[in-house]
Amino acid sequence: MASVLDRIVGPRVPVEEWRGRPGRYALPTLALSAARVLLIVSLFLPYWHMTLEAPQYPDGLSVTAFVNHLTGDVKEIDGLNHYIGMRPLHEAAQFERTASVWVIIAMVLLVEGAAAVHSKWAVVLVLPAVLFPVGFVADLYYWLSNFGQNLDPKAPLSSSVKPFTPTIFGPGGIGQFKTYSWAGLGLWFACGSSVLAVVSLVFHRRAYKALFDRAMAQEASCAS
Amino acid sequence: MTRVKAGMVLALAAGLMATSAGFAQQPEGKSRRRRVEEKPLELTPAQVTELTKVANERKLKVEDLFAAAKTYTPSGVMDEYVLFSSGGQSGQVFAIGVPSMRLLRSIAVFTPESWQGYGFAGDNDPVRAQMRINGRDVTWGDTHHPALSETGGDYDGQFLFIGDKANARMGVVDLRDWETKQIVKNPLTVSDHGAAFVTPNTEYVVESGQYATVLGYGYATPDKYKESYRGMVTFWKFDRAKGRVDTSASFAMELPPYWQDLADAGKGPSDGLVFINSFNVEMATGGVEKGKPPFEAGASQRDTDYLHIIDWKKAEAAFKAGKAEKINGFPVLSLATSVAEGLLFFTPEPKSPHGVDVTPNGQYAIVAGKLDPHVTVFSTAKIRDAIANQKFSGKDEFGVNVLAFDAVKEAQVELGLGPLHTQFDDKGYAYTSLFLDSAVARWSLGGEYASKHPEKPWTLVTKTPVHYNIGHLCAAEGDTVSPDGKYLIAMNKWSVDRFLTTGPLLPQNFQLVDISSGGTTMPVLYDMPVGVGEPHYCQMIKADKLKSWAVYPEVGWNPHTQSLDPNSPKQGKEGVIRDGSQVIVNMTAIRSHFTPEHVEVNEGDHVTWRIVAVERTQDATHGFCIGGYNINLSLEPGEYQEFSFVADRPGTYPIYCTEFCSALHLEMMGYLHVKPANAVGSK
Repeated sequence: MASVLDRIVGPRVPVEEWRGRPGRYALPTLALSAARVLLIVSLFLPYWHMTLEAPQYPDGLSVTAFVNHLTGDVKEIDGLNHYIGMRPLHEAAQFERTASVWVIIAMVLLVEGAAAVHSKWAVVLVLPAVLFPVGFVADLYYWLSNFGQNLDPKAPLSSSVKPFTPTIFGPGGIGQFKTYSWAGLGLWFACGSSVLAVVSLVFHRRAYKALFDRAMAQEASCAS
Repeated sequence: MTRVKAGMVLALAAGLMATSAGFAQQPEGKSRRRRVEEKPLELTPAQVTELTKVANERKLKVEDLFAAAKTYTPSGVMDEYVLFSSGGQSGQVFAIGVPSMRLLRSIAVFTPESWQGYGFAGDNDPVRAQMRINGRDVTWGDTHHPALSETGGDYDGQFLFIGDKANARMGVVDLRDWETKQIVKNPLTVSDHGAAFVTPNTEYVVESGQYATVLGYGYATPDKYKESYRGMVTFWKFDRAKGRVDTSASFAMELPPYWQDLADAGKGPSDGLVFINSFNVEMATGGVEKGKPPFEAGASQRDTDYLHIIDWKKAEAAFKAGKAEKINGFPVLSLATSVAEGLLFFTPEPKSPHGVDVTPNGQYAIVAGKLDPHVTVFSTAKIRDAIANQKFSGKDEFGVNVLAFDAVKEAQVELGLGPLHTQFDDKGYAYTSLFLDSAVARWSLGGEYASKHPEKPWTLVTKTPVHYNIGHLCAAEGDTVSPDGKYLIAMNKWSVDRFLTTGPLLPQNFQLVDISSGGTTMPVLYDMPVGVGEPHYCQMIKADKLKSWAVYPEVGWNPHTQSLDPNSPKQGKEGVIRDGSQVIVNMTAIRSHFTPEHVEVNEGDHVTWRIVAVERTQDATHGFCIGGYNINLSLEPGEYQEFSFVADRPGTYPIYCTEFCSALHLEMMGYLHVKPANAVGSK
C-alpha cells in the first residue's frame, strides 16, 4: 500500500492530533520559515568585508563581497594589485557569483519542502542550507588563497611581495597595507539560518518521529 | 527527553556563535585624517623647563610663544580660513591657509602655468585663445582685486573673480576645481583698477577703469584729454548656473576722465548703489619731459576728488530699455544719459583716496584718504536723501550733480598718515591700513555699532606697527555682511629686514594680525614671505564654505566645459585613428602606464590628442608632456584633455608622466614617433 513516496513524505497529521498539540506541530514549520527568511534576506546583505590601510590612503580602501557581486574600491585595489601581479578581483569566483542567487533560492525551496516532509528525509532537504555558510567560507578561502598564491612572477613588485594568502578573518598585511577582514551581516544571517534549520530539525523529530513510527508499525501489521 | 535535546542544540548554536565572534568584529575607528580629541594639554614642570630652554636657545620672547601657539598648525590639522590673494604680476591667485599662513596652491589665471598644464595644450589651446587681445598673445596679468561670489552679501564659496589691471581683464575661477573658466576682456579700455567687486547676490561683477583713454581703443593727443579721454565702469552680468560672465547681458557707463580707483557695492539699505572713488579730477596730463608737472604732482593738487555714486539697478533698467550706445561693439550708457536718468552722482572726498568700503550693515561708505590723514565716513541714508531731495553743491565739468559734502558726511576720523583701505570685524571696529605710518589702525564705528564696543564712536582705538608699507588689508570675511573678526592680514609691500636677503628683489610680507580681542590689544602673529608676485588685495573665507571636489565627478570630465566629454577615450578602446594626414590619438593614463605607449605619426600630420586620467583616487594626478613641442598637461583624477599640434619636427620623442604618481612613475612613459617625410611610404 505505502509507496516509496509515502515513506519519504511521511504521514499527515490527524486533525484531532493537531488540535491536541498545535505547538508541537507548528514549531518545526515556523522555525524552518524563519530559516528561509534569514537566508533570503542575506541575499541582499554583504557577506564579507576587507579594509586596507596605508599611509597614503588616510581613509583606507575597502572591498565588500555579496554573494553575487563586489563593491567598494575594487578598481583602485585592482590598480594596486597589478603591481604585485595579482589578477583583477572580478576574475575570482565567477561561477559562484553567477550561480549563488539560484543556489540560495533552490536551498530556500528545499527548506520549504522540508516543512511538508514528515520523515527523516527532511534532514536531507535542510542539509544544503545548514552547510551553506561553511561552504561560503571555504570557497572564499579557496579564492583568496588561489589569488594570493598565484602572483605573476614578472610583476614589478615580485621581488618584495612574495605569494601569500590574504587573511579571511581578522588582521593581516600586504606590502605597506594593513588589512582587516570580517564577516558581513549576510554571512551572519546565513549562519543564523543554518542554526535555525538544525534547531527546527530537532522540533521536527519531536513532532513527527512518533507519528512516522506508528504509521510504519501500522503498515507492518497491515502487511502481516 | 526531547526538551533536553533541544536545549543542547540551542546551547551548541550559542557556542558556535561565540567562538565565531572573531570573524565578526569590525576594525577599530580609523580616522587618521582628523586628530582625535584629546584631553586638555597640561605642561609638567619639567616640560615648562624644557620649553623655556628651547625658547631661550632661539631667543624667543613670551609673546612669540603665544604667537606660535596661535598659529602653529600640526600635520593633518586643517586651517580655519582660506585666503584668496591676488598674485600681482604673476597673473595668478594664491590660496593660503590661515592661521598657518601656508601657501596651499596657486591658481593660474592670466599667465600660462606649467604645473597646472594651464596654457600648454598645443596649438588650439582654449586657455591661450582667451589670453589673446586684439590678435596678440598677452600672457601675463597684473592681478589686483579678488572677489568671492556672494549670496545675500556673504561669501558663498562658489566662484572667485580677479581683475587684471594691466590689460583690463577679469578671470572667473570655479571653486569646485579651483580652475579658471573664463577670461573676459574689456573692449572699452586698455587697463583698469577697480576689478573685481561683486554686488550682494553676484548679479554683476563691477570693473571700474583707471587711466582714462579714448574708449574702445581709440586715439587722441593729450591736449584733447578733456574732450576725448574717458573713464568707465563695466557691469559684467554673471550667470551663476553657467559659471560664466554673460557678456551679451553686460554693459558699461561712460565716466569723466578722472582716474577711477576702487569700488564697493552697497548692501542692505544701500543695496543697488555702487561706490567708486577717484583721483586726478584735476585731469592732469603730465608731461614732465616738457617741463610740465609730472602726473604725481598734477593729479594731487586739489584738496578733494570725487566719490562716484552709481545706482546700478537704475543703470541696469536704462540699459535694458535700450538707452546704451555701442562703443567697440559694447553697450555704454553715455554721461549725458547717466545725468539725465539720475544714475550717477558725485560727492567730494579727501584728496586722492584709495579704498571705499561699505560697512557690514550697509549704512556707511568709508573712504580712506591716502594723502589725507582721515578716513571719511559717508552715510548711505544721507546719500539717498541728498539724491532724493537734490541737495547738490553744484555740477562737475561734465554736468554730473555733486552732492553737498556736509549733507552726506557722517564723520571723519583722523588715523594717521596714508590711510588706504578699510575692513571690519564682528565687534564694531573698523581696521584701516596706514601706508606711510606702516601700521594697522583699529577705530570704532558709530551708529548701531556704538553699543558693541566700549570706546567713543568714530575714534582711533589703537595702531599696530607692521613691516612695512602696508597696502590693502583683509580681515576674516571682513568685507561681507557678517565679518568674523579673529584674523587680519596686513599686505605689506616692503619686507626690508624681515627675511634673509634674496638678492635685490625682496618678497612681499603678509603679516597675520590677531584681532580677536578688542581694545588696544592687536599683536602681529606671523610673517609670511610672498616671493612670487606682488599681491594687492585678498579675501579670507571660512574654509568650510568651500565645497571643493576631491576628484572630478566622473572619468572623462572636461574642466573647460565642466561636464562629461563625449570625446573622452574609453578604457579598452584606446588607439590611433588616421584619416589622411589627420590623426586622432585616444589615450588613457592610469598608474603606471599610458595606453597606447607608442604613437606613430608622419611628419606634417595634424595630430589631435585626447587623453583621460582614469583614476578615482584623491591626489592620483598624472602629468603628460611631449618634450620639444611645448606641451604639458595636468591630468587630475577623472580629467579629460584634448590638444592638437602639427608634427612638424620628425624624430623620436619620449612622452612621460610629469607628476610623480606612483612607485613606477619613471616607467610611465612612451614614445611619439614622428616619421620623417622622406621616409613616409617606405615600410
